[in-house]
Amino acid sequence: MSVPLNTIVKELKPSGIRKFFDLVSEMKDAISLGVGEPDFDTPWHIRDEGIYSLERGKTFYTSNSGLKELREEICKFQKRHQEIEYKPLSEVLVTVGGSEAIDIGLRAMINRGDEVIIPQPAYVSYYPCALLAGAKPVIINLKSDNNFRLTADELNNAISEKTKILILPFPNNPTGAIMEKGDLEEIAKICIEKDIYVMSDEIYSVLTYKGNHVSIASIDGMKERTILINGFSKSYAMTGWRLGYACGPEEIIKQMTKIHQFAIMCAPTTSQYAAIEALKNGDDDVKMMKDAYNQRRRFLLNAFKEMNLECFEPFGAFYVFPCIKEFGMTSEEFATKFLEEERVAAVPGNAFGDSGEGYLRISYAYSIENLKEAMARLKRFIEKLRK
Amino acid sequence: MREELLSIIEKNSRIDLKELAVRLGKEEIDIINELQKLEDERIICGYHTLINWEKTSIEKVTALIEVKVTPQRGQGFDRIASRIYNYPEVRDVYLISGGFDLLVTLEEKSLKDIARFVSEKLSTLDSILSTATHFILKKYKDHGTIIDEHVKDEREVVSL
Repeated sequence: MSVPLNTIVKELKPSGIRKFFDLVSEMKDAISLGVGEPDFDTPWHIRDEGIYSLERGKTFYTSNSGLKELREEICKFQKRHQEIEYKPLSEVLVTVGGSEAIDIGLRAMINRGDEVIIPQPAYVSYYPCALLAGAKPVIINLKSDNNFRLTADELNNAISEKTKILILPFPNNPTGAIMEKGDLEEIAKICIEKDIYVMSDEIYSVLTYKGNHVSIASIDGMKERTILINGFSKSYAMTGWRLGYACGPEEIIKQMTKIHQFAIMCAPTTSQYAAIEALKNGDDDVKMMKDAYNQRRRFLLNAFKEMNLECFEPFGAFYVFPCIKEFGMTSEEFATKFLEEERVAAVPGNAFGDSGEGYLRISYAYSIENLKEAMARLKRFIEKLRK
Repeated sequence: MREELLSIIEKNSRIDLKELAVRLGKEEIDIINELQKLEDERIICGYHTLINWEKTSIEKVTALIEVKVTPQRGQGFDRIASRIYNYPEVRDVYLISGGFDLLVTLEEKSLKDIARFVSEKLSTLDSILSTATHFILKKYKDHGTIIDEHVKDEREVVSL
Protein backbone atom coordinates (compact mmCIF):
# COMPACT_ATOMS: atom_id res chain seq x y z
CA MET A 1 0.00 0.00 0.00
CA SER A 2 1.37 3.40 -0.84
CA VAL A 3 1.67 6.12 1.76
CA PRO A 4 -1.31 8.45 1.52
CA LEU A 5 0.01 11.86 0.52
CA ASN A 6 -1.71 14.87 -0.91
CA THR A 7 -0.44 15.69 -4.38
CA ILE A 8 -0.37 19.45 -3.92
CA VAL A 9 1.51 19.17 -0.63
CA LYS A 10 3.90 16.61 -2.07
CA GLU A 11 4.80 18.91 -4.90
CA LEU A 12 5.37 21.98 -2.73
CA LYS A 13 9.00 22.96 -2.57
CA PRO A 14 10.31 23.50 0.95
CA SER A 15 11.37 27.07 1.68
CA GLY A 16 14.73 27.95 0.11
CA ILE A 17 15.78 29.81 3.24
CA ARG A 18 15.61 26.69 5.31
CA LYS A 19 17.80 24.76 2.92
CA PHE A 20 20.43 27.45 2.96
CA PHE A 21 20.51 27.78 6.72
CA ASP A 22 20.95 24.11 7.35
CA LEU A 23 24.41 24.77 5.93
CA VAL A 24 24.98 27.69 8.29
CA SER A 25 24.09 25.79 11.41
CA GLU A 26 26.98 23.44 10.74
CA MET A 27 29.50 26.28 10.73
CA LYS A 28 30.70 27.44 14.08
CA ASP A 29 32.05 30.93 13.47
CA ALA A 30 29.58 32.04 10.85
CA ILE A 31 27.87 35.40 11.18
CA SER A 32 24.25 35.24 10.16
CA LEU A 33 22.36 38.08 8.55
CA GLY A 34 19.58 35.75 7.65
CA VAL A 35 17.11 35.71 10.46
CA GLY A 36 13.84 37.49 9.89
CA GLU A 37 12.91 38.07 13.50
CA PRO A 38 13.74 40.88 15.93
CA ASP A 39 16.93 40.49 17.97
CA PHE A 40 15.28 42.22 20.92
CA ASP A 41 13.75 40.25 23.75
CA THR A 42 10.06 40.86 24.30
CA PRO A 43 9.94 43.97 26.54
CA TRP A 44 9.87 42.92 30.18
CA HIS A 45 6.52 44.49 31.11
CA ILE A 46 4.88 42.43 28.38
CA ARG A 47 6.55 39.20 29.50
CA ASP A 48 5.63 40.06 33.07
CA GLU A 49 1.97 40.36 32.13
CA GLY A 50 2.14 36.90 30.54
CA ILE A 51 3.70 35.47 33.69
CA TYR A 52 1.13 37.24 35.86
CA SER A 53 -1.71 35.76 33.83
CA LEU A 54 -0.29 32.29 34.54
CA GLU A 55 -0.02 33.07 38.23
CA ARG A 56 -3.67 34.06 38.27
CA GLY A 57 -4.55 30.75 36.68
CA LYS A 58 -5.52 32.11 33.27
CA THR A 59 -4.81 28.79 31.68
CA PHE A 60 -8.07 28.08 29.86
CA TYR A 61 -9.15 28.52 26.26
CA THR A 62 -10.36 31.98 25.37
CA SER A 63 -13.33 32.50 23.10
CA ASN A 64 -12.58 31.34 19.54
CA SER A 65 -12.14 34.88 18.27
CA GLY A 66 -9.83 35.87 21.12
CA LEU A 67 -10.19 37.81 24.38
CA LYS A 68 -12.68 40.63 24.05
CA GLU A 69 -10.32 43.09 25.70
CA LEU A 70 -7.59 42.17 23.25
CA ARG A 71 -9.89 42.67 20.29
CA GLU A 72 -10.89 46.05 21.69
CA GLU A 73 -7.24 47.05 22.04
CA ILE A 74 -6.55 45.87 18.48
CA CYS A 75 -9.35 48.14 17.26
CA LYS A 76 -7.93 51.05 19.23
CA PHE A 77 -4.51 50.37 17.71
CA GLN A 78 -5.94 50.36 14.18
CA LYS A 79 -7.82 53.57 14.90
CA ARG A 80 -4.75 55.21 16.46
CA HIS A 81 -2.30 54.21 13.74
CA GLN A 82 -4.33 53.80 10.55
CA GLU A 83 -7.53 55.68 11.29
CA ILE A 84 -9.63 52.65 10.47
CA GLU A 85 -12.59 51.74 12.68
CA TYR A 86 -13.30 48.07 13.23
CA LYS A 87 -15.94 46.52 15.44
CA PRO A 88 -14.21 44.35 18.06
CA LEU A 89 -17.00 41.79 18.26
CA SER A 90 -17.54 41.09 14.59
CA GLU A 91 -14.62 42.36 12.51
CA VAL A 92 -11.55 41.04 14.36
CA LEU A 93 -10.14 37.54 14.72
CA VAL A 94 -7.09 36.77 16.87
CA THR A 95 -4.92 34.13 15.20
CA VAL A 96 -1.78 32.09 15.79
CA GLY A 97 0.58 34.55 14.17
CA GLY A 98 -0.08 36.49 11.00
CA SER A 99 0.67 33.26 9.11
CA GLU A 100 -2.50 31.56 10.28
CA ALA A 101 -4.51 34.59 9.19
CA ILE A 102 -3.00 34.36 5.71
CA ASP A 103 -3.83 30.68 5.47
CA ILE A 104 -7.39 30.76 6.74
CA GLY A 105 -8.15 34.06 5.03
CA LEU A 106 -7.34 32.52 1.67
CA ARG A 107 -9.16 29.31 2.50
CA ALA A 108 -12.24 31.27 3.52
CA MET A 109 -12.40 33.25 0.29
CA ILE A 110 -11.08 30.99 -2.46
CA ASN A 111 -12.97 28.60 -4.67
CA ARG A 112 -11.08 26.15 -6.86
CA GLY A 113 -9.58 27.89 -9.87
CA ASP A 114 -9.84 31.44 -8.53
CA GLU A 115 -6.78 33.51 -9.22
CA VAL A 116 -4.75 35.13 -6.45
CA ILE A 117 -2.30 37.81 -7.46
CA ILE A 118 0.99 37.69 -5.56
CA PRO A 119 3.57 40.41 -6.10
CA GLN A 120 7.10 39.04 -5.63
CA PRO A 121 9.72 39.17 -4.14
CA ALA A 122 7.60 38.35 -1.14
CA TYR A 123 7.36 36.34 2.02
CA VAL A 124 7.42 32.64 1.22
CA SER A 125 3.98 31.60 2.51
CA TYR A 126 1.55 33.29 0.15
CA TYR A 127 2.21 31.04 -2.80
CA PRO A 128 1.83 27.66 -1.05
CA CYS A 129 -1.12 28.90 1.02
CA ALA A 130 -2.89 30.02 -2.16
CA LEU A 131 -2.15 26.68 -3.83
CA LEU A 132 -3.40 24.70 -0.84
CA ALA A 133 -6.59 26.75 -0.85
CA GLY A 134 -7.16 25.61 -4.42
CA ALA A 135 -6.29 28.89 -6.09
CA LYS A 136 -4.14 29.57 -9.08
CA PRO A 137 -1.36 31.93 -7.96
CA VAL A 138 -0.54 34.66 -10.46
CA ILE A 139 2.84 36.25 -9.91
CA ILE A 140 3.75 39.87 -10.53
CA ASN A 141 7.50 40.33 -10.72
CA LEU A 142 8.15 43.66 -9.03
CA LYS A 143 10.97 45.78 -10.42
CA SER A 144 13.85 47.47 -8.72
CA ASP A 145 13.29 50.43 -11.11
CA ASN A 146 10.05 51.04 -9.22
CA ASN A 147 11.78 50.52 -5.88
CA PHE A 148 9.90 47.21 -5.72
CA ARG A 149 6.54 48.96 -5.37
CA LEU A 150 3.47 47.57 -7.09
CA THR A 151 2.30 49.82 -9.93
CA ALA A 152 -1.16 50.18 -11.44
CA ASP A 153 0.08 48.95 -14.83
CA GLU A 154 1.61 45.82 -13.36
CA LEU A 155 -1.61 45.07 -11.54
CA ASN A 156 -3.79 45.71 -14.58
CA ASN A 157 -1.70 43.33 -16.67
CA ALA A 158 -2.09 40.54 -14.12
CA ILE A 159 -5.85 40.76 -13.77
CA SER A 160 -8.11 38.29 -15.54
CA GLU A 161 -11.78 37.36 -15.30
CA LYS A 162 -10.86 34.89 -12.59
CA THR A 163 -8.90 37.25 -10.36
CA LYS A 164 -10.36 37.28 -6.90
CA ILE A 165 -7.71 38.45 -4.47
CA LEU A 166 -4.65 40.64 -4.50
CA ILE A 167 -2.08 40.02 -1.83
CA LEU A 168 -0.41 43.25 -0.78
CA PRO A 169 2.70 42.58 1.31
CA PHE A 170 3.97 45.99 2.40
CA PRO A 171 6.19 47.01 4.18
CA ASN A 172 7.83 44.19 2.32
CA ASN A 173 9.88 41.22 3.35
CA PRO A 174 12.46 40.77 1.72
CA THR A 175 12.92 44.09 -0.11
CA GLY A 176 12.04 46.58 2.62
CA ALA A 177 9.87 48.44 0.10
CA ILE A 178 6.84 50.41 1.23
CA MET A 179 3.74 51.69 -0.56
CA GLU A 180 2.81 55.29 0.11
CA LYS A 181 -0.65 56.78 0.04
CA GLY A 182 -0.49 57.87 -3.60
CA ASP A 183 0.68 54.40 -4.72
CA LEU A 184 -2.12 52.74 -2.78
CA GLU A 185 -4.82 55.03 -4.17
CA GLU A 186 -4.04 53.88 -7.68
CA ILE A 187 -4.16 50.24 -6.65
CA ALA A 188 -7.40 50.84 -4.74
CA LYS A 189 -9.05 52.39 -7.77
CA ILE A 190 -8.38 49.28 -9.85
CA CYS A 191 -9.52 46.92 -7.09
CA ILE A 192 -12.83 48.73 -6.75
CA GLU A 193 -13.34 48.96 -10.50
CA LYS A 194 -12.54 45.28 -11.09
CA ASP A 195 -14.16 44.04 -7.88
CA ILE A 196 -11.00 42.53 -6.43
CA TYR A 197 -10.48 41.86 -2.73
CA VAL A 198 -7.20 42.65 -1.02
CA MET A 199 -5.31 40.70 1.60
CA SER A 200 -3.02 43.34 3.07
CA ASP A 201 -0.22 41.82 5.14
CA GLU A 202 0.87 44.68 7.39
CA ILE A 203 2.92 42.73 9.91
CA TYR A 204 5.74 45.33 9.64
CA SER A 205 3.37 48.32 9.83
CA VAL A 206 5.13 50.06 12.73
CA LEU A 207 8.53 49.71 11.08
CA THR A 208 8.55 52.44 8.44
CA TYR A 209 11.25 55.07 8.17
CA LYS A 210 9.60 57.59 5.89
CA GLY A 211 6.37 58.84 7.38
CA ASN A 212 3.86 56.51 8.96
CA HIS A 213 2.56 53.37 7.31
CA VAL A 214 -0.66 53.81 5.37
CA SER A 215 -3.06 50.89 5.11
CA ILE A 216 -4.99 50.34 1.91
CA ALA A 217 -8.02 49.67 4.11
CA SER A 218 -8.01 53.34 5.11
CA ILE A 219 -8.73 54.43 1.54
CA ASP A 220 -12.39 55.14 0.67
CA GLY A 221 -14.23 52.06 -0.51
CA MET A 222 -11.44 49.65 0.51
CA LYS A 223 -12.25 48.69 4.09
CA GLU A 224 -15.17 46.59 2.89
CA ARG A 225 -12.94 44.64 0.48
CA THR A 226 -9.76 44.28 2.52
CA ILE A 227 -8.58 41.66 4.95
CA LEU A 228 -5.97 43.44 7.02
CA ILE A 229 -3.41 41.19 8.67
CA ASN A 230 -1.14 42.27 11.46
CA GLY A 231 0.41 40.80 14.59
CA PHE A 232 2.77 41.16 17.49
CA SER A 233 5.86 39.30 16.27
CA LYS A 234 7.71 42.11 14.53
CA SER A 235 6.30 45.19 16.23
CA TYR A 236 6.71 44.06 19.82
CA ALA A 237 9.44 41.42 19.33
CA MET A 238 7.01 38.63 20.24
CA THR A 239 7.73 36.01 17.57
CA GLY A 240 7.69 33.05 19.92
CA TRP A 241 4.32 34.01 21.39
CA ARG A 242 2.67 33.19 18.06
CA LEU A 243 0.04 35.87 17.96
CA GLY A 244 -1.48 37.78 15.08
CA TYR A 245 -4.86 38.94 13.89
CA ALA A 246 -7.07 39.68 10.94
CA CYS A 247 -9.51 42.57 10.61
CA GLY A 248 -12.05 42.74 7.84
CA PRO A 249 -15.64 42.58 6.68
CA GLU A 250 -17.91 40.67 9.04
CA GLU A 251 -18.94 38.08 6.42
CA ILE A 252 -15.34 37.04 5.79
CA ILE A 253 -14.22 37.14 9.43
CA LYS A 254 -17.19 34.90 10.26
CA GLN A 255 -16.06 32.24 7.78
CA MET A 256 -12.43 32.53 8.87
CA THR A 257 -13.55 32.07 12.47
CA LYS A 258 -15.15 28.77 11.50
CA ILE A 259 -11.91 27.38 10.11
CA HIS A 260 -9.98 28.78 13.07
CA GLN A 261 -12.43 27.24 15.51
CA PHE A 262 -12.23 23.79 13.95
CA ALA A 263 -8.48 23.73 13.30
CA ILE A 264 -7.01 25.78 16.14
CA MET A 265 -9.71 26.52 18.75
CA CYS A 266 -8.12 29.75 19.92
CA ALA A 267 -4.79 31.53 20.03
CA PRO A 268 -2.61 30.88 23.13
CA THR A 269 -4.20 32.46 26.21
CA THR A 270 -0.95 33.58 27.86
CA SER A 271 0.09 35.33 24.67
CA GLN A 272 -3.24 37.12 24.47
CA TYR A 273 -2.88 38.57 27.97
CA ALA A 274 0.65 39.68 27.19
CA ALA A 275 -0.52 41.26 23.94
CA ILE A 276 -3.10 43.39 25.73
CA GLU A 277 -0.26 44.89 27.75
CA ALA A 278 1.78 45.39 24.57
CA LEU A 279 -1.01 47.35 22.90
CA LYS A 280 -1.80 49.39 26.00
CA ASN A 281 1.70 50.31 27.13
CA GLY A 282 4.12 49.29 24.40
CA ASP A 283 4.40 52.45 22.30
CA ASP A 284 7.73 53.44 23.87
CA ASP A 285 9.21 50.02 23.20
CA VAL A 286 8.16 50.21 19.58
CA LYS A 287 9.84 53.58 19.24
CA MET A 288 13.04 52.38 20.88
CA MET A 289 13.28 49.37 18.56
CA LYS A 290 12.34 51.35 15.50
CA ASP A 291 15.03 53.95 16.22
CA ALA A 292 17.60 51.18 16.60
CA TYR A 293 16.53 49.52 13.33
CA ASN A 294 16.64 52.83 11.54
CA GLN A 295 20.21 53.48 12.71
CA ARG A 296 21.27 50.07 11.47
CA ARG A 297 19.48 50.66 8.17
CA ARG A 298 21.42 53.89 7.64
CA PHE A 299 24.61 52.14 8.67
CA LEU A 300 24.15 49.37 6.07
CA LEU A 301 23.15 51.71 3.25
CA ASN A 302 26.22 53.80 3.96
CA ALA A 303 28.41 50.69 3.99
CA PHE A 304 27.02 49.65 0.58
CA LYS A 305 27.62 53.13 -0.76
CA GLU A 306 31.22 53.01 0.38
CA MET A 307 31.80 49.72 -1.39
CA ASN A 308 29.83 50.84 -4.46
CA LEU A 309 27.26 48.12 -4.09
CA GLU A 310 23.97 48.98 -5.72
CA CYS A 311 20.99 49.10 -3.37
CA PHE A 312 17.75 51.07 -3.47
CA GLU A 313 16.82 52.78 -0.24
CA PRO A 314 14.25 50.66 1.59
CA PHE A 315 11.93 52.47 3.97
CA GLY A 316 10.30 49.60 5.81
CA ALA A 317 10.67 46.35 7.77
CA PHE A 318 14.22 45.34 8.73
CA TYR A 319 15.74 44.21 5.47
CA VAL A 320 17.94 45.65 2.79
CA PHE A 321 18.06 44.09 -0.65
CA PRO A 322 21.33 44.89 -2.42
CA CYS A 323 21.85 43.98 -6.08
CA ILE A 324 24.69 41.57 -6.86
CA LYS A 325 24.15 41.25 -10.61
CA GLU A 326 27.50 42.90 -11.41
CA PHE A 327 29.33 39.77 -10.22
CA GLY A 328 27.81 37.53 -12.87
CA MET A 329 26.62 34.90 -10.42
CA THR A 330 23.22 33.73 -9.37
CA SER A 331 22.04 34.77 -5.92
CA GLU A 332 22.55 31.27 -4.67
CA GLU A 333 26.07 31.02 -6.05
CA PHE A 334 26.94 34.38 -4.54
CA ALA A 335 25.43 33.56 -1.15
CA THR A 336 27.09 30.14 -1.03
CA LYS A 337 30.51 31.50 -1.98
CA PHE A 338 30.12 34.36 0.52
CA LEU A 339 29.27 31.86 3.20
CA GLU A 340 32.11 29.52 2.34
CA GLU A 341 34.79 32.16 1.97
CA GLU A 342 33.80 34.76 4.52
CA ARG A 343 31.45 32.82 6.75
CA VAL A 344 28.60 35.29 6.48
CA ALA A 345 25.12 34.05 5.74
CA ALA A 346 22.65 36.16 3.81
CA VAL A 347 19.59 34.81 2.07
CA PRO A 348 19.66 34.53 -1.75
CA GLY A 349 16.98 36.81 -3.21
CA ASN A 350 15.49 34.09 -5.41
CA ALA A 351 14.18 32.35 -2.27
CA PHE A 352 11.45 35.00 -2.42
CA GLY A 353 10.51 34.53 -6.06
CA ASP A 354 12.15 34.71 -9.47
CA SER A 355 12.27 38.49 -9.40
CA GLY A 356 14.55 38.27 -6.37
CA GLU A 357 17.23 36.68 -8.55
CA GLY A 358 20.33 38.87 -8.57
CA TYR A 359 19.69 40.18 -5.08
CA LEU A 360 20.55 39.31 -1.52
CA ARG A 361 18.35 39.74 1.52
CA ILE A 362 20.26 41.12 4.45
CA SER A 363 18.39 41.37 7.73
CA TYR A 364 19.37 44.08 10.18
CA ALA A 365 17.75 42.44 13.13
CA TYR A 366 21.30 42.17 14.45
CA SER A 367 23.48 44.32 16.68
CA ILE A 368 25.54 47.08 15.09
CA GLU A 369 28.72 45.24 16.15
CA ASN A 370 27.56 42.18 14.28
CA LEU A 371 26.68 44.24 11.21
CA LYS A 372 30.04 46.03 11.29
CA GLU A 373 31.96 42.78 11.18
CA ALA A 374 29.68 41.44 8.44
CA MET A 375 30.15 44.55 6.31
CA ALA A 376 33.93 44.37 6.69
CA ARG A 377 33.78 40.81 5.40
CA LEU A 378 31.42 41.74 2.57
CA LYS A 379 33.76 44.51 1.50
CA ARG A 380 36.72 42.14 1.44
CA PHE A 381 34.67 39.57 -0.46
CA ILE A 382 33.46 41.83 -3.24
CA GLU A 383 36.84 43.49 -3.64
CA LYS A 384 38.26 40.06 -4.30
CA LEU A 385 35.52 39.34 -6.83
CA ARG A 386 36.07 42.60 -8.66
CA LYS A 387 39.77 41.99 -9.19
CA MET B 1 18.29 64.35 16.79
CA ARG B 2 19.19 65.43 20.34
CA GLU B 3 17.20 62.72 22.11
CA GLU B 4 18.44 59.93 19.85
CA LEU B 5 22.02 61.16 20.05
CA LEU B 6 21.90 61.25 23.85
CA SER B 7 20.38 57.82 24.11
CA ILE B 8 23.16 56.34 21.98
CA ILE B 9 26.07 57.95 23.80
CA GLU B 10 24.52 57.33 27.18
CA LYS B 11 25.17 53.66 26.43
CA ASN B 12 28.36 54.06 24.46
CA SER B 13 30.34 57.26 24.76
CA ARG B 14 33.26 55.76 22.84
CA ILE B 15 31.35 55.48 19.58
CA ASP B 16 33.20 57.28 16.79
CA LEU B 17 31.81 60.42 15.25
CA LYS B 18 31.56 59.02 11.76
CA GLU B 19 29.48 56.08 12.88
CA LEU B 20 27.29 58.37 14.94
CA ALA B 21 26.71 60.60 11.93
CA VAL B 22 25.84 57.63 9.69
CA ARG B 23 23.47 56.09 12.19
CA LEU B 24 21.63 59.34 12.75
CA GLY B 25 21.61 60.29 9.07
CA LYS B 26 23.53 63.55 9.73
CA GLU B 27 26.83 65.10 8.75
CA GLU B 28 29.79 64.64 11.05
CA ILE B 29 30.11 68.38 11.56
CA ASP B 30 26.50 68.58 12.81
CA ILE B 31 27.27 65.91 15.38
CA ILE B 32 30.40 67.72 16.55
CA ASN B 33 28.45 70.96 16.93
CA GLU B 34 25.61 69.31 18.75
CA LEU B 35 27.94 67.54 21.18
CA GLN B 36 29.72 70.82 21.85
CA LYS B 37 26.40 72.50 22.58
CA LEU B 38 25.34 69.69 24.88
CA GLU B 39 28.60 70.01 26.78
CA ASP B 40 28.34 73.79 26.99
CA GLU B 41 24.83 73.54 28.33
CA ARG B 42 26.04 70.97 30.89
CA ILE B 43 23.52 68.48 29.54
CA ILE B 44 26.47 66.20 28.94
CA CYS B 45 28.33 66.39 32.26
CA GLY B 46 30.97 63.76 31.69
CA TYR B 47 31.89 60.52 29.96
CA HIS B 48 32.18 57.56 32.28
CA THR B 49 33.07 53.91 32.12
CA LEU B 50 31.02 51.22 33.75
CA ILE B 51 33.40 48.93 35.61
CA ASN B 52 32.68 45.72 37.42
CA TRP B 53 35.25 46.16 40.18
CA GLU B 54 34.40 42.82 41.67
CA LYS B 55 36.27 41.12 38.86
CA THR B 56 39.45 43.05 39.60
CA SER B 57 41.80 42.55 42.51
CA ILE B 58 41.06 46.08 43.67
CA GLU B 59 39.07 46.26 46.87
CA LYS B 60 36.10 48.59 46.93
CA VAL B 61 33.21 48.95 49.29
CA THR B 62 30.15 50.94 48.41
CA ALA B 63 27.65 52.26 50.94
CA LEU B 64 24.31 54.01 50.66
CA ILE B 65 23.78 56.41 53.52
CA GLU B 66 20.40 57.84 54.42
CA VAL B 67 20.84 61.23 56.03
CA LYS B 68 18.30 63.27 57.98
CA VAL B 69 19.15 66.95 58.24
CA THR B 70 17.69 70.24 59.45
CA PRO B 71 17.27 72.50 56.44
CA GLN B 72 18.83 75.90 56.89
CA ARG B 73 17.02 79.19 56.66
CA GLY B 74 17.30 80.80 53.24
CA GLN B 75 19.33 77.97 51.77
CA GLY B 76 17.17 74.90 52.32
CA PHE B 77 19.16 71.73 51.76
CA ASP B 78 21.66 73.16 49.30
CA ARG B 79 24.26 74.29 51.80
CA ILE B 80 24.42 71.06 53.73
CA ALA B 81 24.42 69.12 50.48
CA SER B 82 27.45 71.03 49.27
CA ARG B 83 29.23 70.39 52.56
CA ILE B 84 28.76 66.71 51.83
CA TYR B 85 29.36 66.50 48.10
CA ASN B 86 32.65 68.34 48.30
CA TYR B 87 34.26 65.31 49.93
CA PRO B 88 35.96 63.51 47.04
CA GLU B 89 35.07 60.07 48.41
CA VAL B 90 31.37 60.92 48.08
CA ARG B 91 30.09 59.67 44.73
CA ASP B 92 26.46 60.78 44.65
CA VAL B 93 24.27 63.06 46.70
CA TYR B 94 20.52 63.11 46.07
CA LEU B 95 17.75 65.04 47.77
CA ILE B 96 15.07 62.46 48.44
CA SER B 97 11.38 62.58 49.30
CA GLY B 98 10.11 60.32 52.07
CA GLY B 99 11.50 59.23 55.42
CA PHE B 100 14.87 60.94 55.12
CA ASP B 101 16.36 63.87 53.23
CA LEU B 102 19.65 63.09 51.51
CA LEU B 103 20.88 59.89 49.98
CA VAL B 104 24.66 59.75 49.87
CA THR B 105 26.66 57.05 48.17
CA LEU B 106 30.22 56.49 49.13
CA GLU B 107 32.99 54.38 47.70
CA GLU B 108 35.97 53.41 49.84
CA LYS B 109 38.63 50.77 50.08
CA SER B 110 37.25 49.16 53.20
CA LEU B 111 34.39 49.03 55.62
CA LYS B 112 36.58 50.75 58.16
CA ASP B 113 37.11 53.74 55.86
CA ILE B 114 33.38 54.12 55.43
CA ALA B 115 32.77 53.84 59.16
CA ARG B 116 35.39 56.50 59.74
CA PHE B 117 33.84 58.85 57.20
CA VAL B 118 30.38 58.48 58.68
CA SER B 119 31.37 58.83 62.29
CA GLU B 120 34.05 61.46 61.97
CA LYS B 121 32.96 63.60 59.06
CA LEU B 122 29.32 63.14 58.22
CA SER B 123 27.73 62.76 61.67
CA THR B 124 29.65 65.65 63.10
CA LEU B 125 28.26 68.19 60.64
CA ASP B 126 26.04 70.65 62.48
CA SER B 127 22.70 70.21 60.81
CA ILE B 128 22.78 66.44 60.54
CA LEU B 129 20.20 64.76 62.75
CA SER B 130 20.85 61.11 61.98
CA THR B 131 22.37 58.68 59.48
CA ALA B 132 21.71 55.08 58.48
CA THR B 133 24.38 53.27 56.51
CA HIS B 134 23.69 50.36 54.15
CA PHE B 135 26.50 48.40 52.52
CA ILE B 136 26.10 47.06 49.03
CA LEU B 137 26.69 43.33 48.98
CA LYS B 138 26.26 42.61 45.32
CA LYS B 139 25.45 44.61 42.24
CA TYR B 140 23.00 42.95 39.88
CA LYS B 141 22.39 45.89 37.62
CA ASP B 142 24.21 49.20 37.34
CA HIS B 143 23.31 52.18 35.17
CA GLY B 144 20.80 50.12 33.23
CA THR B 145 23.28 47.33 32.53
CA ILE B 146 22.81 43.85 33.92
CA ILE B 147 26.23 43.02 35.33
CA ASP B 148 26.40 39.31 34.65
CA GLU B 149 24.39 39.23 31.46
CA HIS B 150 25.57 36.86 28.77
CA VAL B 151 24.07 37.74 25.45
CA LYS B 152 23.66 34.78 23.16
CA ASP B 153 21.72 34.67 19.93
CA GLU B 154 19.21 31.90 20.46
CA ARG B 155 17.10 32.43 17.40
CA GLU B 156 16.61 29.24 15.43
CA VAL B 157 16.28 28.80 11.73
CA VAL B 158 12.77 29.21 10.42
CA SER B 159 11.36 29.76 6.99
CA LEU B 160 10.84 33.46 6.88
